Amino acid sequence: MASGSIRVAETPFVSYLLRRADDALVLGHRLSEWCGHAPMMEEEMALANMGLDLIGQARALYGHAGAVEAAGHDEDDFAYLRDERGYRNLLLVEQRNGDFARTIVRQFLYAAFAEPYWRAMMASRDATLAAIAAKAEKEMTYHVRHCAEWIVRLGDGTAESRTRTIAALTDLWPFTGELFEVDEGDRAVIADGIGIDPETLRVPWRRTVAHVLAEAGLEVPKEGFMRNGGRIGRHSEHLGHLLAEMQYLQRSMPGENW
Amino acid sequence: MAAAEIPLWEVFIRSRNGLSHKHVGSLHAPDATLALQAARDLYTRRGEGLSIWVVPSHAITASDPADKGMMFEPTASKIYRHPTFYEVPEEVGHM
Repeated sequence: MASGSIRVAETPFVSYLLRRADDALVLGHRLSEWCGHAPMMEEEMALANMGLDLIGQARALYGHAGAVEAAGHDEDDFAYLRDERGYRNLLLVEQRNGDFARTIVRQFLYAAFAEPYWRAMMASRDATLAAIAAKAEKEMTYHVRHCAEWIVRLGDGTAESRTRTIAALTDLWPFTGELFEVDEGDRAVIADGIGIDPETLRVPWRRTVAHVLAEAGLEVPKEGFMRNGGRIGRHSEHLGHLLAEMQYLQRSMPGENW
Repeated sequence: MAAAEIPLWEVFIRSRNGLSHKHVGSLHAPDATLALQAARDLYTRRGEGLSIWVVPSHAITASDPADKGMMFEPTASKIYRHPTFYEVPEEVGHM
């Protein structure tokens, strides 16, 4: 553990919140990496807007996790003072941006899950989570719509855009199994009526994915080996690099403010 | 797709119910659907809008700046077209 890192008392509920918050922060950070690099100004703004939606969700979820943990940790502590192994996000969201097609496919696969997830979470027994869900659901609906429009155009566009989109789908597909993963702690949170069983989202998720890919003239990848580990802090090689950049300032100048 | 091939669109935003759509700027997008989404992302980030129109820029027929004299100067001498010469009776109140 790097010096200055925090230790989080991970009860099932705190872990449940951190997992969702980390998904949103890491994916939001990935989208922020497009700033100044997007293929066109219009899409640069679209990617930044989606990133800001996600970072907003992360902030609300970290704030709630801090309140539930009741150990005095705030959103910045969770974001900047945890190591790679302390991060609980899906492997999918930490995968590198790659080209535009890859970023859009990654965003789409996540958003097609997050949209029905947050809609269902609006009925959470936890009032704060239900309120976060009501805001996130609208944001994710837009992410699905925006990414779907691009996937149709990329898949059904030029030979080059089609090839790149298929490559992205093929490479990212093995990370989608983790969306539906639950462990014992999650089951307790679900049993309490605070969380929801992601298995109930498998059909809607697949329906959205299949519908958009069909419209794009693309095939849904075959089911096969699925990778996991993100939820317990076993990450791919990419998260460490992302955190090094994201946490650098707070780690080298603790408590720095501007 | 090179930026040069992507068509230009004009964006109109209605800020409140009852007000008309107002031209706010332009953007590039491959088609109408994406133009609408780009307009949302570019021009309604601070809660400016309730409704968006996008129109292909090439669909707009514009007056020629060189015709300015013929087109607009003749109205300058017709101040009677402004309703400032009419006395509004007290009872009418604010019009």
